Amino acid sequence: MQPTALIIALQNKDQNAFKSIYDMYSENVYGIINTILKDDTLSEEVLQDVFIKIWNKAPLYSEKKGRFFTWILNIARNAAIDKTRSKSYKNTTQNLTVDSFVDILEDKTNFVSKIDSIGIKKYIQSLEPICKKVIDLLFFKGFTQKETAEELDIPLGTVKTRNRICIDKLKKTLEV
Amino acid sequence: MDIKAYISSGILELYVYGSLSEKENEEVYKILQEYPEAVEEVERIEKTLQQLSSVMASPNVNSLYHKIESQLEESTDKNTVIPINRSSKNWAAYIGWAASVALLIGLFIQFNKNQKLQQQVVTNQIEQNLLEGKINVAEEDLSKVKSLLNVLRNKDIIQIPLKAQQVDPSAYAAVYWDKEKQVTYIDVAGLPTPPPGKVYQVWSLKLDPLTPTSLGVLNNFSEDDQKIFSLKNTNASEAFGITLEPEGGSESPTLEQLYTLGIIDS
Repeated sequence: MQPTALIIALQNKDQNAFKSIYDMYSENVYGIINTILKDDTLSEEVLQDVFIKIWNKAPLYSEKKGRFFTWILNIARNAAIDKTRSKSYKNTTQNLTVDSFVDILEDKTNFVSKIDSIGIKKYIQSLEPICKKVIDLLFFKGFTQKETAEELDIPLGTVKTRNRICIDKLKKTLEV
Repeated sequence: MDIKAYISSGILELYVYGSLSEKENEEVYKILQEYPEAVEEVERIEKTLQQLSSVMASPNVNSLYHKIESQLEESTDKNTVIPINRSSKNWAAYIGWAASVALLIGLFIQFNKNQKLQQQVVTNQIEQNLLEGKINVAEEDLSKVKSLLNVLRNKDIIQIPLKAQQVDPSAYAAVYWDKEKQVTYIDVAGLPTPPPGKVYQVWSLKLDPLTPTSLGVLNNFSEDDQKIFSLKNTNASEAFGITLEPEGGSESPTLEQLYTLGIIDS
């Protein structure tokens, strides 16, 4: 659901609204950032930057531009990508075997989310490899259709429908 | 519009990802205003993605809020300082404008200077070409004069002065004959410029009996500054004469127009 009332309060610098927004989206923001950075310490740092930005830039958000969730996603991806160009990122010893969000999920044992994380993890692991890759690039990394097609070497026209099939499967499992 | 087909095209997923272009985004937004089932689908996609990404969260996320909250106050504090920032921004803008105006003027001056210099370069090049031409001409003249000087200094060369005749008592010429090389040099600096349509013709003469043989005509008389012409002479000449003849020369000399004549001392 688009939290319209909360968004308006946030735009008026209401800290309670900000707290609610944080509770709603911080896990998602962290998930996105960590998929890109693959480093917990840096991800926590960037998470803070992202929410400061959300607080400061909230008045610029308008529903015409897209979903509030999408707006937050973009801030998170951009902040994480910016971080990959920093010295502190280049100094981290990155786990080179981690390729997509699925690999990160693989290593995960303690879940914070209220939802059935273990169930989701199992289901995600059983997704077809192409689904894992398409979702990783389009959703987590913010690739365009064209970039995704090039990266995975599949026809541009099939990216959209393939992704649709993958998300549909997830929807059914999650009983959304 | 078939909204089911639209939904199953997969465009709404991309809309939630944020991977559509601005134009496509606007189109989807319009559709969402019209079709509630499209909005429902967007909500479902969003919820799926929220669940998917929250699985990835770190246990520390909740405790981080306090850190952020303290920074919020700092950044609100910063907001009150904005007026000062603005005025300094204006100064920066003024300085920026002044700098760009100064830069423009500078560029204009440089452009003008550059144009003047380029013109100067062109003029200088023309002058240089002229001077080079002059030098070439001078060098050519010099080498001609040098070779003439060598001729005059050569002891084997016979010098024959040709004296004026009745036609023009002031006329004078000289012949320098290199017998070995069979060349005669005719110096006609003392002859008047021939009238249009006429040329001087040089003759080698045998005296007994008088038999003239043409050595050639002196074409381009007025154009030659040195007024020294070289003509081949294979004859056993005893005298040389120069007559004025119609252009192209004649087969035998027109004696009424004999300008100069000289006999070789034997």
